[in-house]
Amino acid sequence: MSVAVQPVLEVRNLSVALPKGADREHAVEKVSFTVNPGEIVCLVGESGSGKSVIAFTVMGLLAKALKPTSGEILLQGENILTAPESRLRELRCTRMSMIFQEPMTALNPVMTCGEQIDEVLSTHTKLDPAARKAKIIAILTRVKLPEPERIYASFPHQLSGGQRQRIMIAMALVLDPVLLIADEPTTALDVTTQAEILKLIAELQAGQGTGVLFITHDFGVVAEIAHRVAVLRWGELVEMGPMEQILSRPSQPYTKMLISSVPSIHPVHRGVRLDGATVLRTDKLGKTYSGKSFFQKARTVKAAADVDLDIRRGETLGIVGESGSGKSTVARCIARLIDPTEGRIYLGDTEIATMSARKLRPHRRRVQIVFQDPYRSMNPRITVGESIIEGPMNFGLSRDEALARARSLMETVRLDPNSLDRYPHQFSGGQRQRICIARALAMEPELLIADEAVSALDVSVQKQVLQLLDEIRVRLNLAVLFITHDLRVAAQICDYVAVMSKGRVVEYGSAEQVFGSPKDEYTKALFAAAPGRNWDFGKASAA
Amino acid sequence: MLDFIARRLIAIVPVLGVVAVFVFLMLRLTPGDPAAVIAGDNATSDQIAMIREKLGLTLPIWQQFGIWMGDILQGNFGESYFFKKTVAELIAQRIEPTLALAVCTLVVALSAAIPLGVIAAYKQGSILDRFVMGLSVLGFSVPSFVIGYCLIYVFAIELGWLPVQGYIRIGVDFWGFLERMVLPSTTLGVIYIALVARITRASVLEVLNEDYIRTARAKGLSNRVVLMRHALRNAAVPILTVIGIGIALLMGGAVVTESVFGLPGLGRLTVEAVLSRDFPTIQTVILLFSVVYVVVNLLIDISYTLFDPRIRY
Repeated sequence: MSVAVQPVLEVRNLSVALPKGADREHAVEKVSFTVNPGEIVCLVGESGSGKSVIAFTVMGLLAKALKPTSGEILLQGENILTAPESRLRELRCTRMSMIFQEPMTALNPVMTCGEQIDEVLSTHTKLDPAARKAKIIAILTRVKLPEPERIYASFPHQLSGGQRQRIMIAMALVLDPVLLIADEPTTALDVTTQAEILKLIAELQAGQGTGVLFITHDFGVVAEIAHRVAVLRWGELVEMGPMEQILSRPSQPYTKMLISSVPSIHPVHRGVRLDGATVLRTDKLGKTYSGKSFFQKARTVKAAADVDLDIRRGETLGIVGESGSGKSTVARCIARLIDPTEGRIYLGDTEIATMSARKLRPHRRRVQIVFQDPYRSMNPRITVGESIIEGPMNFGLSRDEALARARSLMETVRLDPNSLDRYPHQFSGGQRQRICIARALAMEPELLIADEAVSALDVSVQKQVLQLLDEIRVRLNLAVLFITHDLRVAAQICDYVAVMSKGRVVEYGSAEQVFGSPKDEYTKALFAAAPGRNWDFGKASAA
Repeated sequence: MLDFIARRLIAIVPVLGVVAVFVFLMLRLTPGDPAAVIAGDNATSDQIAMIREKLGLTLPIWQQFGIWMGDILQGNFGESYFFKKTVAELIAQRIEPTLALAVCTLVVALSAAIPLGVIAAYKQGSILDRFVMGLSVLGFSVPSFVIGYCLIYVFAIELGWLPVQGYIRIGVDFWGFLERMVLPSTTLGVIYIALVARITRASVLEVLNEDYIRTARAKGLSNRVVLMRHALRNAAVPILTVIGIGIALLMGGAVVTESVFGLPGLGRLTVEAVLSRDFPTIQTVILLFSVVYVVVNLLIDISYTLFDPRIRY
């Protein structure tokens, strides 16, 4: 790129103040970077690093509580940090556009997709309705949506997540802005969809020479799409450079730590033992949902069918699959949080799939779950100590015994036993997930189910929680059922892997076998879509 | 959809059954004898007994109920003890003022409450917001007859802008009709405004935090368009629900308001019927009110589909 090119975006010395009483003074502090035409710059950082705050400051969409205190933001040389609201409104969608993380909620549910794109055109152009419609159909075609006419008239809920994100992209790019800000645009999508969307963004921006500010926490995505990378921590720019350099030769310890925390996609050799007693076995397990109706024919959905799994003591079985594959349904059936409609579940020698709720009660202790979102899986109104001892006390332990157990478990999950009388909101996400693990372990289960238990965590925290889970498995000789959509995580923690698609297990074998030489077409496609599969983050930095 | 409507209409039957039993028993278990009221002050006990016999009040209660139900199923709502007309005629005569009052109140209330709620939400925490919310507390707490008399005093007596009382049929003199509707519908509307403004504010506030509002702003739309086109329509469902539930308030309020403003509607008919122990009239009016309540709420449920394409029955 020649020096004479004017950057589309230049952020100079930007600081944004947090409201008084926050854990630090600034959300963003003295950050400077540029985005050139045709360039994709990735802002990478963990939660709270200020990456989204930067994006919203550029768009002028910052929450009222946050105030920029210094610096300049130049959009093609024009300082937009001090521009009045009316000028910002003119610029939005014409010169700078933004797409968001959640395509499911980012579109207005009560307007058709066509109307929502049309709004952009009727606000910013003087085109007549026919010309607008033609332009919309053209952009829908460009973002590779099938049957643009039908999509035009569809409501968001009638489309898939990937299609909705394409609508967002179409809306953002319909007026050919010079800058596109993408805030975690693929985080909520399945890997195969993610791969398609990343490809689409790269194609469109290269074609138009659009500068892209791409915000992500996922180094796999960075490896796929970035030209340059800026690493942020606690609102400060740690380092910035070309993608290859940052990923393979990071200069700052924080960047090194982050990159080495990314789990490798190559499974570790774990020496599978075959001597453990079988803790759980399912036999043709299935769950069919059926909707009843007066006049219409009943509809049925097979959420899971013919699932045969077994887990021995001291072993981790992973179920991987995309959303809607039935992996969580299987986990919930095994824990009898929902009732399976077909098949058998053997917990040791006991068949629990068809057991009545009353008879099942004594067996509930034996299977415990850790859920995905540590922020929502604990009762905010009771102390974590009460949460942990509630289960054991239900099963007959005295309060003192249960508290003693809770204290020792807090040590097991490396938290201070004296913090048992605190409330969930006083802990960070990673700490809360440790508490959830302690809560599950307090029941002394035979089988621990982790349902996307590390998906909501930052990579560095994720690594610690994964290590903790593995240690606990070894120490207590637990059987673990690990549900995840993240192939990297599965590669690192699972002895065996079952790949699910459309409610069925399509491939099942040892992790090394499934990752090393996948046989099923779907499994192969899944691996091919994994972002940054050619970068072996874990290994590169360990060396 | 048809399936849904059919099921909901069928569900009206048990509701009416329960209401019928309840009203019937309540009237007969409370003290007061319609025969004594009809016979007047100077009647002998023989005369009263004769009237009672004629009205069928000497039969066992379950038999009286059976006869009443049988009549209703044939479309016969009985004859008023007091007005010497069939109840159906009586209701037909009295329904217009009540209907007019209800419609005017809805128009007044919604056209005030929804903008107030939206503005309060948009300016959350501002003086304007606090003012609107303060008014709504006031609207909830002051009884409607007090509001009615205050309005009469200020606008009819002191300022002389509007008539104090009375009703003119809409077909006779439209302006006269409107003039006489302003005060009653405002009186009755106050509590409704308080209710709907509050829920509109809460509902819009919630929607304003949604991701698609951020998207709308990122498109460069003006605040007005974001509020009216994107926020309000998404906030509609809870608002509609409360409007539906509030219909009960409206019917209850009509009784007081019609008395205060001398409107010859169903509300006043109910009061008169209760005072004279006119059993058939009370029973029928209450059944009618319950049908209206259930049907209005069914219509509200159906109207959700107009605002939210995700709702399908």
